[in-house]
Amino acid sequence: MTSKIEIKNISTAADLVKEDRVHKSLYSDPNIFEEELDKVFNNTWVWVAHESEVAEAGSYKTAKIGKQPVIVSRDRKKNIHVMENRCRHRGATVCEGKKGKTKAFTCPYHGWGYGLDGSLRALPKPEEYENILDKKEFGLVQIRTEIYNGMVFATLKEDMEPLEEFLGGAKKWIDLFMKQAGGYPVKTMGDHRFRFPGNWKIQLENTTDAYHFPIVHKSFITSVDEEAKEVFDFLDGEGFVEDLGNGHSVMVMIPELVDLEAHLDEPIPERYADLAKELSDEGHSDAEVRKLVRAVGGGGFNLNLFPNIACSMAFFRNLVPISAGETEIHHIAIGGEGAPEAFNQKRMRLHEHFQGPMGFGTPDDGEAWERVQAGSYAGEDGWIMVNRGMSKLSTSEDGNVKGAVCSETGMRAAYQKYKSLMSR
Amino acid sequence: MKLDTQLLADVSAFLNVEADMLDNKEYSQWLDLWVESGLYIVPVDHTVTDYANNLNVAYDDHEMRELRIQRLTSGEAVSTQMSQKTVRTLSRFRIIDDIDGVVRVRCAYSLFEDNVNGLRTYPANIQFKLVRDGGSFKVVEKVVKIMQSGRHLTTVSYLF
Repeated sequence: MTSKIEIKNISTAADLVKEDRVHKSLYSDPNIFEEELDKVFNNTWVWVAHESEVAEAGSYKTAKIGKQPVIVSRDRKKNIHVMENRCRHRGATVCEGKKGKTKAFTCPYHGWGYGLDGSLRALPKPEEYENILDKKEFGLVQIRTEIYNGMVFATLKEDMEPLEEFLGGAKKWIDLFMKQAGGYPVKTMGDHRFRFPGNWKIQLENTTDAYHFPIVHKSFITSVDEEAKEVFDFLDGEGFVEDLGNGHSVMVMIPELVDLEAHLDEPIPERYADLAKELSDEGHSDAEVRKLVRAVGGGGFNLNLFPNIACSMAFFRNLVPISAGETEIHHIAIGGEGAPEAFNQKRMRLHEHFQGPMGFGTPDDGEAWERVQAGSYAGEDGWIMVNRGMSKLSTSEDGNVKGAVCSETGMRAAYQKYKSLMSR
Repeated sequence: MKLDTQLLADVSAFLNVEADMLDNKEYSQWLDLWVESGLYIVPVDHTVTDYANNLNVAYDDHEMRELRIQRLTSGEAVSTQMSQKTVRTLSRFRIIDDIDGVVRVRCAYSLFEDNVNGLRTYPANIQFKLVRDGGSFKVVEKVVKIMQSGRHLTTVSYLF
């Protein structure tokens, strides 16, 4: 006796990404989320730290590759390691702090001790492991790590192309971004962390979305002086979005601030006059003051590096997927190593003004994202449109696809990379 | 140990008024509770004491307090349009000291937010510096150490 089995057409995540739209189930399907953890986060370069977060020998930071807990540490020889945060005995995490300094990583359960480089140094009562456990084979699992201009990435993909190749056309923009600190080396100065009830890709899209700025961030614009209002009125300006390949994109909003070491003869903005005076009174030369003040508000672009890190005007934005419907975001403040206190303080105050849980910008972004997630449950079928600007593309100086500043060029770039990873 | 229960009563009455104003969004009255040089601080890391040289969730001087209230009341901020309702309670008041007219007090605090995504809770330890003002006080400093601020919070469009 035969019976008919109903076959349900299951689209793969790759099928759900079209050139100009993506299916709303990408925001909520838990199976797709699990697939992404493997096919995206385990198969590319994932940002885990800025070098300055682990500045000294013994410094460490904990991070995630997808949902996998890792430790980023700097050993006594000053090398950076990224390692699985998992004891090789029975699997407890050996490091629970957000960041700190230590001489060794010791498992709290049975006291196995690992060096800063992850090597297994000592364990209590080793006689019971005689001939059956070689310490050399039981260090913390090392993850391949490469660094570009202070940005520390790790990959779980064995044959992953070198980081510099993966970054490709984005390298030039990383280098421009690192002029943030007015002539001083970039250093991170703490971060805001918050979670929102929505998918990580909603945030990924938002960093390359200029279209929302005047509406969602109206209250921020209201809160700044006239001069700053003009700076932030960029939708009709000369900005653009450029597809940099490999899912990366750059959104230039304020062209004059792309290179923070150019245009140093421009008059100092009124809103930074007090800062300029303070720096000058401290004894900094006019040239130094100009360079610091030009950089204090950040650069004029958002660089979106697929999949989890953006260099966004004045800060780093790191996104950490928690579940299909929940994401954690870190807004990492940036200052200068050795820079004048007044400069770094101003950087922090500016960061506090817009970013983070009580910023004048982020909570309104959060409202929009949450409502995208909530709306995505409406209807059996439904597409997220990412076609804005498709009929008006051009080619950039560097030979890349380019669209208007308020086009969705960057989103299409990210989703095409996503599609290629999810197709494997 | 001698307990100054009169001071405790006065301080806790004042702090309950401050909290009530925030729950009822009596923002301009709340601004009047502050000395102009006062600082409203919500730190990220609770062990920090040098707030100016560290990143905070909020670090509001007089100007920022006014700008923030303007933002919360103008209707321009999409996250305020569904009128975030809060109810908060304060307890465990302890006068730390009362020197040269400045009273330092700390207390326990719970704020509950009626969010569309569910009830949100924010326990915190708060440290106040108050100066006497007539029969009442003015706020010189309010430091709200919210539990989990170093791990992760949520986005918030009201005042702790």
